[in-house]
Amino acid sequence: MYAQMVKSTGEGVKSLDEMEPQERAFQERINADVKIEPKDWMPEGYRKTLVRQISQHAHSEIVGQLPEGNWITRAPTLERKMILLAKVQDEAGHGLYLYCAAETLGVSRDEMTEQLLSGKAKYSSIFNYPTLTWADIGAIGWLVDGAAIMNQVPLQRCSYGPYSRAMIRICKEESFHQRQGYDIMMKLVKGTPEQKEMAQDAINRWWWPSLMMFGPSDTDSVHSAQSMAWGIKQNSNDELRQKFVDQTVPQADYLGLKVPDPDLRWNEERGSYDFGEVDWNEFYEVLKGNGPCNAERMAARRKAWDDGAWFREGLMAHARKKETRIMAAE
Amino acid sequence: MATGKHDQTLFELSLRMGDNALILGQRISAWCGHAPVLEEDIALANVALDLIGQASLWLGFAGEIEGEGRTADNLAFLRADREFRNCLLVEQPNGDFGHTLMRQFLFDAWHLPMLKALTLSSDERVAAIAAKSAKEATYHLERSEDFVIRLGDGSDESHRRMQDALDVLWPFAGELTCADEIDVALADKGLGPDLGAIGAEYKEYMERMLKKATLTADWQAPIRKGGKVGDHSEALGHLLPEMQWLQRSHPGAVW
Repeated sequence: MYAQMVKSTGEGVKSLDEMEPQERAFQERINADVKIEPKDWMPEGYRKTLVRQISQHAHSEIVGQLPEGNWITRAPTLERKMILLAKVQDEAGHGLYLYCAAETLGVSRDEMTEQLLSGKAKYSSIFNYPTLTWADIGAIGWLVDGAAIMNQVPLQRCSYGPYSRAMIRICKEESFHQRQGYDIMMKLVKGTPEQKEMAQDAINRWWWPSLMMFGPSDTDSVHSAQSMAWGIKQNSNDELRQKFVDQTVPQADYLGLKVPDPDLRWNEERGSYDFGEVDWNEFYEVLKGNGPCNAERMAARRKAWDDGAWFREGLMAHARKKETRIMAAE
Repeated sequence: MATGKHDQTLFELSLRMGDNALILGQRISAWCGHAPVLEEDIALANVALDLIGQASLWLGFAGEIEGEGRTADNLAFLRADREFRNCLLVEQPNGDFGHTLMRQFLFDAWHLPMLKALTLSSDERVAAIAAKSAKEATYHLERSEDFVIRLGDGSDESHRRMQDALDVLWPFAGELTCADEIDVALADKGLGPDLGAIGAEYKEYMERMLKKATLTADWQAPIRKGGKVGDHSEALGHLLPEMQWLQRSHPGAVW
């Protein structure tokens, strides 16, 4: 999952007693774990929050093709090339399911694309980091997809039916992605000294940005409280980040790689790892557009869209001609 | 090129089929994330995946025929450009999306009948690889034929772009159906088809489809060829260093 800091109404959560009958009935369905479907009545804030979250998630899948796509033509074996192609293709497919899920809420894919290209809609901060070596492809699969899975598994239980169902399909594919990433890392750490160094360099660069994927602490966020009340969000950002660290550190140990955090230590009492503070300034800078690759990622997406205009228009023109011919024949 | 006791013509056939698939797959995989619509990102990745998969089968087979222990990866990543046996068409740069689609169309229209004919090869392995690949190539041709017709007979701009692409790429198409000594030897042994027959089929198909697409080919254009015997265009010399870079900079490493 790749949605960070999704704004909700910002008005605070209403109690059932404060709600009008229609909203109350809606909230009671959510509380009873009944899925909300496109034709059901829903508060405007619920619809808008979901559109923001699902479209941000979809955009992340689309932009997310770029850093990994950067290595498809340089993958070191035919098998690795095929696996990477299949993975990037899955991501485009995830983007497609998610745009479809968002369209059920009354927004078109073209509108969402326009919002991405104009910079109005966001995508995950993680895709604004560069893929400099082949080991980065391993680190993305292992760490970035690992963090994504941590976020996405609870979203399978999201109150909105189409999003929940899209997430069930997506999660199946993401676990394959994470395994292939870990497998790349495994080969590298068992390889030559240069390969091992490449692997360590990759975790050094990807560790902190991966922790940022969960977003800043949201214990006091009114937006998160509302998303939780609506069953869109199930866990706090800190909870998920902790879970990710606890799962990933032993994997790094197994690989013989050092996690680049001097404050990382096992806390016997909590049964969890203590870890250092994320550099949130960096996170906000990346979100504002000042990350290492923001400009390149947006430029690539805009170029793809603009250069493809004639293609899309050509197909439409053909469809119109065909229709005219059919009408003329009738 | 190795010359041992192995059947050199069969080895060449596998390299030609494998290198065509590899180089075209490599070219179109560069579109991933950059196509004009999301559905095309997905479809192109599918075609690239099929082609790289086919390359892996053909090159694996070539290595076995050669019998010197070279794997498909060794052949893909450690041969020099003069040792590649793909036709010039597939190594031509991507250009705009119209060039990419036209290159694919000109290739697919040959690839499918070629593979179908190879399913009748006297060599069982060739027939098996061809049978698997033909299923994929059927879908590739359906897709590229559909696009060439729709864009050729689309807007003024899409027509102009497709005609430009055809003008640039058409001279390269001839190499696909132009038989050399190896093709003749393969046909004599029943290992491969008579390329002349494939060429006649190709011509008839192109006349029919290009008419539908309202595009015009220059049938008198001299054929640009040489890739099948290792005389490539400059384009391949830029594609290979990118593709082979990791393998060459870390000799013997396992990935």
